[in-house]
Amino acid sequence: MIEIHNLSKNYNGVSVLNLERISIPKGQSFGLVGNNGAGKTTLFSSLLDLIQPTTGYVKNGGYEVNKGEEWKTHTASFIDESFLIGYLTPEEYFYFIGDLRGENKADVDALLAGFEDFFNDEIIGKRKYLRDLSKGNQKKVGIVATLIGNPDVIILDEPFANLDPTTQIRLKGIIKKLATDKNITVLVSSHDLQHVTEVCERIVVLEKGEQVKDIMTSPETLKELESYFSGEEVI
Amino acid sequence: MIKRFLNLEWKAFFRSASFQVNLFLKILMGLGALYFIFVFVGLGVGLFFGLQKMELEPLVTVNKFLIYYFVADLIARYFFQKMPVINIKPMLLMPFKKSKIVNFALGKTALSFFNIIHAFFFIPFSIVLLAQGYSLVGIIGWHLGIMALIYINNFINVFLNDETVFVVLFGAAFIILGGLQYYGYFDITAYTGPFFQGLYETPWLAIIPMVVLVGVAYYAFTYFIKRLYLDAGLSKKTQTATTENMEWLDRFGKGSTFLKNDLKLILRNKRSKTTIFMSVLFLFYGLLFFGNAIEVYSGPFWRMFAAVFVTGGFLFSFGQFVPSWDSAYYPLMMTQNIRYKEYLRSKWLLVVIGTAISTILCIPYLYFGWEVLAAILVGAIFNMGVNAHLVLLGGAYIKTPIDLTSGKKAFGDKSAFNIKTLLISLPKMLGPMALYAIGHFTLGPVSGFALVAIAGLAGFAFRNKVFDMIIKIYKKEKYKTLQAYKQKN
Repeated sequence: MIEIHNLSKNYNGVSVLNLERISIPKGQSFGLVGNNGAGKTTLFSSLLDLIQPTTGYVKNGGYEVNKGEEWKTHTASFIDESFLIGYLTPEEYFYFIGDLRGENKADVDALLAGFEDFFNDEIIGKRKYLRDLSKGNQKKVGIVATLIGNPDVIILDEPFANLDPTTQIRLKGIIKKLATDKNITVLVSSHDLQHVTEVCERIVVLEKGEQVKDIMTSPETLKELESYFSGEEVI
Repeated sequence: MIKRFLNLEWKAFFRSASFQVNLFLKILMGLGALYFIFVFVGLGVGLFFGLQKMELEPLVTVNKFLIYYFVADLIARYFFQKMPVINIKPMLLMPFKKSKIVNFALGKTALSFFNIIHAFFFIPFSIVLLAQGYSLVGIIGWHLGIMALIYINNFINVFLNDETVFVVLFGAAFIILGGLQYYGYFDITAYTGPFFQGLYETPWLAIIPMVVLVGVAYYAFTYFIKRLYLDAGLSKKTQTATTENMEWLDRFGKGSTFLKNDLKLILRNKRSKTTIFMSVLFLFYGLLFFGNAIEVYSGPFWRMFAAVFVTGGFLFSFGQFVPSWDSAYYPLMMTQNIRYKEYLRSKWLLVVIGTAISTILCIPYLYFGWEVLAAILVGAIFNMGVNAHLVLLGGAYIKTPIDLTSGKKAFGDKSAFNIKTLLISLPKMLGPMALYAIGHFTLGPVSGFALVAIAGLAGFAFRNKVFDMIIKIYKKEKYKTLQAYKQKN
C-alpha cells in the first residue's frame, strides 16, 4: 500500500531522515517509535506530502504523493491541531470532513454513534467550538474524523499522547479493529512502547532519521524494545 | 528587574517570525507613521489660522469639538492599539512581586504611539496659541487637562479590550450625537465645550482630570493584580457555540461546503469580523469624494476611484488574505481531497456577494446625482469582473499566517505587503480610473462608464484562466506556504 524509496530529508546540510526502502502492505498496522528528533513526524509529513523530500519518493496506493492528488481520496490523517478547524463545533467539523470525503450527514451520524463511549459525553452537543476544547478532547475529535469516509490508509501521529487512561485503552481497541476487521493500513507513532507493541503488527524504530529496527511484533518485542531504548542491548 | 523585562521585550520583537519582513515594508510603515505625524503637526499649526480665517475663535472651536476627538480616539484605539500582553504566564512563578509585572504591562501602554501622536497636534497648536498672545498659565492648564484625558482614554481602552459591546455603544453614541447636533436637535458640545474651555480660563480645573486619571490608573492596577491568575484575567474566554446549518447555501452546488465554512469563519472569529467593520467604513469613504469635501478629489476620474473603493471594501479586506484565512488548518486542507477550483470558486463567490451587498448599500449615493450612482454600479461590475480575480491572485503570494482569534493587526499585518502583491494591486485602482478618463475625455462620461463596464464584463470571461493560474501558484508554493503558516507570532 505504501512504498518508501530512498527517502531523505536534509535541513541545512543536516540529515534528519534517510530511509532506503520500507514497504507497508495493505491492512498492516504499522508502528513507528523513536526518541525525540528521530524523524517520526518528518516521515509522516513526507508521507502526506506536507514537506518536500530532498531525495526519493513515497508511493501511496500506487501514486507518487508529490505528483498528484489521487492518494488523498483513500488517505486520512491526524498529525496535530492544525488538522482541526478551531471555529467549528465538533459536529460541524465532522460534517465538513464528511462533505469533503463524499459522505452525507446520515453516514457521519451513523459512524459517530459508534463512538459514544469514546467521546465520554464531552464532545457531541456541548455547544463548544473546537478551539475551546481541551487538548485531549481535540485529539479525540481529530482521530475520529480520520475514520470518516472509509479510508484505506490512516496516519496518526502520537495518538495516545494527552489522552486519559480509559480513552487510551479504548483507542487501542479501535486501532486494532481497523487493521484486522476492515483491512485498513494504520500508521501510528508513539513514545509509549507498550501501546505500540499491543497495537501494531510491525514496528520500525528510527534513530536520527535512520531505520535501526524493523520487527514483526511477537511476545518478546516489548522486551527487545525496552532493552534497546535503555541502551542495554548487546548486539 | 525592569531591565530584564525590557530585554525580553526586545528579544520578542527582534526574534519574532514577522520581524524578518523586507526592508521595503519597514520603510513603508515608517513613512506611514511620518505621514500621520506630519498631518498632525500640520493640523496643529494650521488649524489656528484656518479657524481664524473662518472668523471663529480658534480655541473655543477646538474645545467645542474636542469631545468627538476623544470618542474617535477611543474607537481607534480599540481597533488598533495592541494590548500589553507580555508573556505573563511564565512570569507568575518567578520570585518577584506581581505588582512589578502589572506596572510594567501598564507602563508599556503609556508609551504607545496612540498616546504620543496627540502631542504632535497639541504641542504645535499650543505654541501657536502662545505666539498669538494667549495666557501661558491657561495654556499649561489646558494642556495638562487634555493630556490627562488622553491617558484616561488609554486606560479605558485597557479595560475595554475585548468588550465589543462598549465600542459599539461608543460608536453609536458618536454617530447619534453627531447627527443630533448636525440637524440641530441637541448639542452635546454646549455642555462639554465650556468644560474644555474652562481648563484654559481657570487652569487649576486641570486637577479634576488628573485626579480622575490617577484614580483610573490605580483602579487598572488593582484590577489586573487581582486577575493575575490562570483562571481569571489570563484565561481564554470561551464562547457558547452556535450551530448553523446554512442549508440554503446548498444551491450553490459543490462549492457550498466551503462557502458555509467561510461564512462561519467570518462570523465566528474576531479578526475576520474586523473585515466587515472595515468594509462598512469603506462605504463612507465615498462622502469625501462625492460630497466634494476635498478639492483635489473633484476630478471626474476620481469618481471612478471612489466607486471602486466604496463597493470594494469587503473585496479588498477579505480577498487579499485568501488563502491565509485558512492558515491555521492549512495542513488539513492540503491532505484532504480538495479540488482547488471549488475552493477558489467559493472564495470568489463570497467576494462577489460581499461586493453586491456593498453596492446595494451604496445606492443612497444617488443623492449626489445619477453620475455618481452610475460610477458606483460600473465600479461594482469592474470589482466583480476584474478585481475579484486580481485580489485572489495577489493573495496567493501572501504567506502571512492569520491569527483568527485576535482582532488587532487588521491593518498592520506586515508581511501582507510585498512587491508582487503591490504590483497586482495597482491595476485594481488605476485601471478603471484610466479607462474612465480615456472615455470621459474623448466621448464624454457615458462612454467612460461603458469602457469600465465592458472591461469588467470581459473579466468574467477570463475567470477560469485566472483560477488556473492561481491554482498553479498554490501548487508551486505549497511547501513554502505550509512552512510559513507554521510560524506563529
